[in-house]
Amino acid sequence: MFRNARLAYGYTAPAFLVLGLVVLYPFIYNVIISFSNMNLTHFRDWRLIGLHHYISVLTERTFWWILIKTVLWTALNVFFHVSIGLFLALLLHRDIRGRTVFRTLLILPWAVPQYITALTWRGLFNAEYGAVNLILENTFGFTLPWLSTEWGAFSACLVTNIWLGFPFMMIVALGGLQSIPQELYEAAEIDGSTRLDRFRHITLPLLKPVMVPAVTLGVIWTFNNFNVVWLVSNGGEPSDTTHILVSWVYKTGFTYFRLGYAAAFSMIIFIILLLFSWNFIVRTRATENVY
Amino acid sequence: MKPGRRVNNIFVYAVLVLFTVFAVYPITRVIAISLRPGDRLLTKSLALIPEDATLSTYARLFSEQPFLTWMANSLLVSIAVMIVGVGLASTAGYAFSRYKFRGRDAAMIAMITTQMFPVTMLLLPLFIMLIKLHLYDNYLGLIVAYSATALPFTTWQMKGYYDTIPFSLEEAAGLDGCSPFSTFWRIILPLAAPALVITALFSFMAAWSEYLVAAVLIQDKNLFTLPLGLKTFASNLEVAWGLYSAGAVVVSIPVVLLFLFLSRWLISGLTLGSVKG
Repeated sequence: MFRNARLAYGYTAPAFLVLGLVVLYPFIYNVIISFSNMNLTHFRDWRLIGLHHYISVLTERTFWWILIKTVLWTALNVFFHVSIGLFLALLLHRDIRGRTVFRTLLILPWAVPQYITALTWRGLFNAEYGAVNLILENTFGFTLPWLSTEWGAFSACLVTNIWLGFPFMMIVALGGLQSIPQELYEAAEIDGSTRLDRFRHITLPLLKPVMVPAVTLGVIWTFNNFNVVWLVSNGGEPSDTTHILVSWVYKTGFTYFRLGYAAAFSMIIFIILLLFSWNFIVRTRATENVY
Repeated sequence: MKPGRRVNNIFVYAVLVLFTVFAVYPITRVIAISLRPGDRLLTKSLALIPEDATLSTYARLFSEQPFLTWMANSLLVSIAVMIVGVGLASTAGYAFSRYKFRGRDAAMIAMITTQMFPVTMLLLPLFIMLIKLHLYDNYLGLIVAYSATALPFTTWQMKGYYDTIPFSLEEAAGLDGCSPFSTFWRIILPLAAPALVITALFSFMAAWSEYLVAAVLIQDKNLFTLPLGLKTFASNLEVAWGLYSAGAVVVSIPVVLLFLFLSRWLISGLTLGSVKG
């Protein structure tokens, strides 16, 4: 490892300059606005008003209801991503014919640009001409009001996001499985262990180091997944009932121009995620070098 | 083969086929709709290829709509982001892998923390600044913003890959009188080619597929990137469903092919770059 720190600063400076411009500067600006009364009528003559917006966010029923929905949204998504991804990875890890073909086809949802996925699924959920209802009608003889009810739209967003998210977990799990030495299984088999034993005591513990960071990232990405919720529900339809925290903030900020309120709301989302992942960040020896 | 094993295999294939249908079906659906003749968009047919399939929607997309302009705009922005992204991630990742310096750990953790920012926290200040400074419709802002989006992920990825290249290479080059920078430039960078390719892909895709930042920054219809253009079709699905579908197919094919082609490296790249727990 080199000791010459000056060169290291040279190598990292451009990256941090860009991050400073796009992330740090807006972040500081956002903190300031969150303590101000900025909105459409006080756009240029804003002043600091302290914790007002934080208090009004935290005392509103809307916030808590959307928070519950967001947690539910995140938990369901990540649960399905991990269980489907892990399950498929276990199947693909076997020595079966045609697994390259299956693997390639199963990655497809990850490869399609996210906004196209969302807009396409909105078409598929169309009540009259969408494929989902046509298939339901033809096989079971009933249809569902997907995009016109609160929980119908929630389910539509959920299905869309499960579709686009499971391949990532599958690939990460597959990489993890490939790094487990085969001898471990052979030794365990000689010792008379059952398949379930081997899964619980070899596969799962050795997959953990690969899966924990992936799941943490998955939670963060899903919690903040604006694209899917916004584009599938066309901005929160029906009448602003289909929101997670981040899409609701966008609506208050960019449609209703409650700028100070939206800035405080964004800060609260950030703090929730930071608290959630703090444990992971501190415990992981993430920055450790291999040497 | 034991009978138990055969039943097992049938089960494995059944599950794989089921999920493959789930993964592929929506894609076949878009293709089917894009091939329908213009007057039959709203049918209840579920045929994989419509019986009177035609490419006329594609012809309309290129001749009657500004689709080629959007594509040129998106290519310009995405290629610029790709070049900037590779430059930034390859150097920063190298420093994290090879140098011990003050603030290194804090900087790496700061990079992960950026992933927790809700997009509105960055968009709102950006939006306010734009209104105050009248800085609409400028690609420079878009390129800088996109370069930062994929940067934390790609930097970590590059660092993980450099970690697998033995440090003895640099020591040997140093003994032979090679300066630290030219060691990096001539020896290490070429060896890291697979990781550079993944970084290039992710940077390109970050720009090619981004909708929200563009929606805030770009108002002029002549400067629209592909996501903005396709959204104009999609907001009126009843009328422009065919155009949207054809556009979606054209936009997706290159990135999907690239992604599949690179997916072999992706598996090893992601695991190497993953955080060690």
